[in-house]
Amino acid sequence: MIRPAAGGAAQAPEALSVVGRRMRKVDGLAKATGRARYTDDIALPGMLHGKILRSPHPHARILAIDTSRAAALEGVHAVVTGRDMPTTYGIIPWTPDEHPLCVDRVRYVGDGVAAVAAVDEDTANAALELVEVAYEELPAYLDPHDAIAAADGPFIHEPRKPGRNGNVTKVVKLAFGDVEAGIAAAREEGGVVVEGDYFFEGTTHTPIEPHCAIGLADASGKLTVWSATQVPHYLHRELARVLELDPAMVRVVQPPVGGAFGGKSEPFDLEFCVAKLSMITGRPVKILYTREEVFYSHRGRHPFHMRYRTGARADGVLAAVDAEIVMDGGAYASFGLVTTYYSGQLLTAPYQMPAYRFHSTRAYTNKPACGPKRGHGSVQPRFAFEVQLDRIAEALEIDPIELRRRNALGEGTRTVNDLRVTSNGFLECLAMVEDASAWRRKFRRLPYGRGVGVAGSTYISGTNYPVYPNDMPQSAVQLQVDRSGRVAVFSGASEIGQGVDSMVAYVVAEELGVPLDHVRVFAGDTDFTPVDLGAYSSRVTFMLGNACIDAARRVKRQVQKVVAEAWDAKPQEVLLAGGLAVRAGDTGTQMPIREAFNLAEAAFGALGATGSYDTPKDVHGSYRGATIGASPAYSFTAHVAEVEVDPETGFVDVVQIWIAHDCGRALNPVLVEGQMEGSAYMGFAEAIMEEQIFKTADQGRAGLHNAPSLLDYRIPTSLDTPALRSLIVESIDPEGPYGAKEAGEGPLHPSIPAIANAIYDAVGVRMNALPFSPPRVWRALQAEAARTPAARSAATPAAVS
Amino acid sequence: MPTLELTVNGTQRTVEVRNRTLLVEMLREHLGLTGTHVGCDTSQCGACVVLVDGVSVKSCTMLAVQAEGAAVTTIEGLANGAGLHPMQEAFREHHGLQCGFCTPGMVMSAVDLANRNPDPSEHEVREWLEGNLCRCTGYHNIVKAVQAGARAMGGAS
Repeated sequence: MIRPAAGGAAQAPEALSVVGRRMRKVDGLAKATGRARYTDDIALPGMLHGKILRSPHPHARILAIDTSRAAALEGVHAVVTGRDMPTTYGIIPWTPDEHPLCVDRVRYVGDGVAAVAAVDEDTANAALELVEVAYEELPAYLDPHDAIAAADGPFIHEPRKPGRNGNVTKVVKLAFGDVEAGIAAAREEGGVVVEGDYFFEGTTHTPIEPHCAIGLADASGKLTVWSATQVPHYLHRELARVLELDPAMVRVVQPPVGGAFGGKSEPFDLEFCVAKLSMITGRPVKILYTREEVFYSHRGRHPFHMRYRTGARADGVLAAVDAEIVMDGGAYASFGLVTTYYSGQLLTAPYQMPAYRFHSTRAYTNKPACGPKRGHGSVQPRFAFEVQLDRIAEALEIDPIELRRRNALGEGTRTVNDLRVTSNGFLECLAMVEDASAWRRKFRRLPYGRGVGVAGSTYISGTNYPVYPNDMPQSAVQLQVDRSGRVAVFSGASEIGQGVDSMVAYVVAEELGVPLDHVRVFAGDTDFTPVDLGAYSSRVTFMLGNACIDAARRVKRQVQKVVAEAWDAKPQEVLLAGGLAVRAGDTGTQMPIREAFNLAEAAFGALGATGSYDTPKDVHGSYRGATIGASPAYSFTAHVAEVEVDPETGFVDVVQIWIAHDCGRALNPVLVEGQMEGSAYMGFAEAIMEEQIFKTADQGRAGLHNAPSLLDYRIPTSLDTPALRSLIVESIDPEGPYGAKEAGEGPLHPSIPAIANAIYDAVGVRMNALPFSPPRVWRALQAEAARTPAARSAATPAAVS
Repeated sequence: MPTLELTVNGTQRTVEVRNRTLLVEMLREHLGLTGTHVGCDTSQCGACVVLVDGVSVKSCTMLAVQAEGAAVTTIEGLANGAGLHPMQEAFREHHGLQCGFCTPGMVMSAVDLANRNPDPSEHEVREWLEGNLCRCTGYHNIVKAVQAGARAMGGAS
């Protein structure tokens, strides 16, 4: 197993023949031809269709459920309710507060209460109409502040301990250094203290593929579930636990997933329901969410109410950061315990902070549960904090890029909250966006209405600790080499579009010298692959990449040994590349790689190896919560956004975003750029147009989703999306595979504050609440005009004191 | 149930459908052509775009019976034989796909555009694809792929 602390994949190889080249994705052909089979494309003989009945109330007690009429409908094979699956679950083992279907209480409009399996979808829908549920409505909380204030109840969940507030999932208070002293010093020494309130509205992932699952329980007692999940291993565990099955008799298959972005990273009601309904009927059962149901199942970005106090010395160097955050968690805990920590823990890079304190509270509300969306828990604070930095730069009359440079954390260091930082390419990121965007010619120099803004960020390359405590590896693969020269890789990781299967093939081809199309990647099937914990927290390239190197080098050593003997050479003189084994310094001595494999098989027996990776465990502090936010390596990003604001309408046109991202090493720059562009797009979307909102009691239906469709929840089209320019920075991490770090989530973060700061540069208003939609921007412009009548006619925005 | 006669991917088909069966349902469920995807239920996402008599159509927004006598082309029928259609090749080559779920609809829309305009500008591509949503790529590489695919199609004909 590769444990970087002990050395391993860390060293950059001398010469790379595959890694670093611009290559196609290995699954591109199947996807371009429509041959890739997603979960809903699977149809099994005798398959039934399931549907879930959902609560019309935001908060109610279930008094009774009568399923007899539904069960009697012709074509209906089974009906289940919460009582059929009474075991609670939750992705975080400390907060199991969900049932597959509600047992005695519904907690949001859309909470599942019963499920049916019928011969077809129409019959299943008709059966749902016949399920009779008697509810007693309870008071609903739609605002997290109201939920927190109701310290004596009524509670959305029973308090885990007597005396606790059952409307609060988690409170985290952590302090590092003397914040008050830092603030005081900033005030006294000619520096500045900036205070601000910020609101980040909830948004959702919106993968184009809705969630889908198929269950098949066979007569042997074995259960197979196909699911569009990004965490087959956690799903495997929870299915076994909740359905009271031996995990060895449960198989989870993850077909290609049509986008996830965090929205498929925990078990969902449909997976338990298809399993249970199949166990009852003995027939395969499929449930496909409608798009409307995807909005209820959600687990998207939490709405955050944030208050920041940031002190800086006269030279712009940060003195103290103080944050107070209230998070709107929705009806269930989901990943909320982690989100609450992340809201503070992940802010401590890329800038040095001598003192930092955060106090974050996650409240339950009677709305769909929030969870992880791309940049889990750290996108919201990053928005607020980078706007704070812009205000500091303004007040101290320091260029905002220069201000960030002065505060850069550097490499090979620890953050104020004791996270170990290895490689760090942040300064290069800043320099690249500064040059590429022609920042110096533009900042505060463009005509009124046009502006540029900058922001920086950091993100984890996976978490050092898995969701459930254990000492086993975080990621593993198995390699098997055939006499033909074909290498099969059995990978537990989840291809969700990001390119993990391709990454596996690149690494194995690099190590074993086989052509890319001789590597077959078999992934996403718990019966055939070792465990990888899933496609979340940007962990896969770092962890699975290292596991692939580990496995491939075991095989490589065997091959090198036998070939070296044949050539009377040293093993390290045997190079495997380009389909050949070649003697170093003597290219005349070579043999086809297939022959080399055959020699090794003759000497050692069937050729194959497993490979594992586990995270280092000594790279964080020892305080309670220190492990959350700890990662083997951190990526760094800087963006410059350029905007054009129409002061008449408040419409913000984001013209271009320059994205510089330190991904350690780009194993395939094409895929890295794709992640950078997709991330910046998604951040832009949240900045300008997306918001997940719910009706209030005044609007007639408290807690009803305002727009559970793509008609009303508008995501950007090709015309909306700005020009995106990706600039890769390679800091070569000492522990990443060939030096690689994450690229899938970090590059989202700075989009939002960079756009906010660009709006300020354009028209002189601070946008402190998302999204920066025309009404919001227009109102901010009106307020600014009322405050300073000269502002609107000024050629350049007035400085704000 | 109405019996429908049409050509799908060059083959004459006779299909029994209900009056309200959508074209996409017929393709996916009756004919097993699962390359055409459904993403939204409300005609926004365009993952279901196919060509009906050469014109791109959201197949979730058309009844199967409306395709009586028509020639329908899906992603599976785009290429000749085992090779790739130039537009498919362009999406693959330019990394115009990540999760691939929107790709069939994108490719089919793009083919219709290229048939009308063999050398579309970036803006023309963006305008044309407004009815096809992608959540992975930020569209950047899709636009590049469509421009390259259109040029390749022009060169091929």
